[in-house]
Amino acid sequence: MKLRVLYFAALRERIGRSEESLDAPNDVANVAQLRDWLAQRGEPWSSAFAEIRRVRAAVDQTMVDDRHALHDGAEVAFFPPVTGG
Amino acid sequence: MTVRVQHEDFDVGAEIAALRSNNPKIGAVASFIGIVRDLNEGAAVGSITLEHYPGMTEKSLASICEQAKARWTLGEVLIVHRVGTLAPADQIVLVVTTSSHRGDAFSACQFVMDYLKTEAPFWKKETTEDGMRWVDARDSDAQARERRK
Repeated sequence: MKLRVLYFAALRERIGRSEESLDAPNDVANVAQLRDWLAQRGEPWSSAFAEIRRVRAAVDQTMVDDRHALHDGAEVAFFPPVTGG
Repeated sequence: MTVRVQHEDFDVGAEIAALRSNNPKIGAVASFIGIVRDLNEGAAVGSITLEHYPGMTEKSLASICEQAKARWTLGEVLIVHRVGTLAPADQIVLVVTTSSHRGDAFSACQFVMDYLKTEAPFWKKETTEDGMRWVDARDSDAQARERRK
C-alpha cells in the first residue's frame, strides 16, 4: 500500500524530515499498525515515537483514532497534541 | 463563514466592521483575541513560532465554524489565525461570531476557541532564556472541549 506520511512539530524535528513516501506491507491496515511498523524500522523513528507522548494522527487531513483504516494513496500525518490559539 | 491563516497581523476593528457591513440583522457581536504572553510555565518568553499543517488547518477551522453554525443561530463566523514568529503582546488569533442576540454569539465564540485549541493543527515553539522548547498541550484545554460536547 502506497502512503504519503507527514510529520509535524517535535516529531518532525526528532525524525529529521517532514514527509516520506513509502510502500507499507499488506498487514499494515490501520493507523496504529503503521505507527508500529514505522517505529520497528529502527532509528530515528523508534526513538521519536517512543519519546514523544500522545502522538496523534490524521488521515487525508482529518484527525482520526488509532483504529482508523488506511487506504492506498492515503496522506497520513503524525504529530504531537496541538497547541494553537 | 471566513477562515484565514496568515503571517500578517490583523485589525480587529476593521475585521468586525467588514463582517457587519450591510447586515442590519446583526444585533450582537462577540469576539475573542488571543495574545502572546511574556511568561509561560515560569519562563520568560522571547518569541514563539507557530507551525501548522497547510490544508488540514483550513479544513479543520471550517469544520469548527460549521459545527458552531449547526448548534446556534449565527450570522457570521470569522477565524483568523497567525503563523510564523511572534513576539509577546502580538495578536495570535481572532474569533468573531455574530448573531441577532448575545447568547448565541457568546456561546459560539467560546465553543470555537475551545475546539480550535484541541482540534486545529497548530503547534507553538517558544524561545526562552534556556533555549527553544515545544509548548505542551494543556489538560485544561481538553477538559474545556469535553464540556462543550
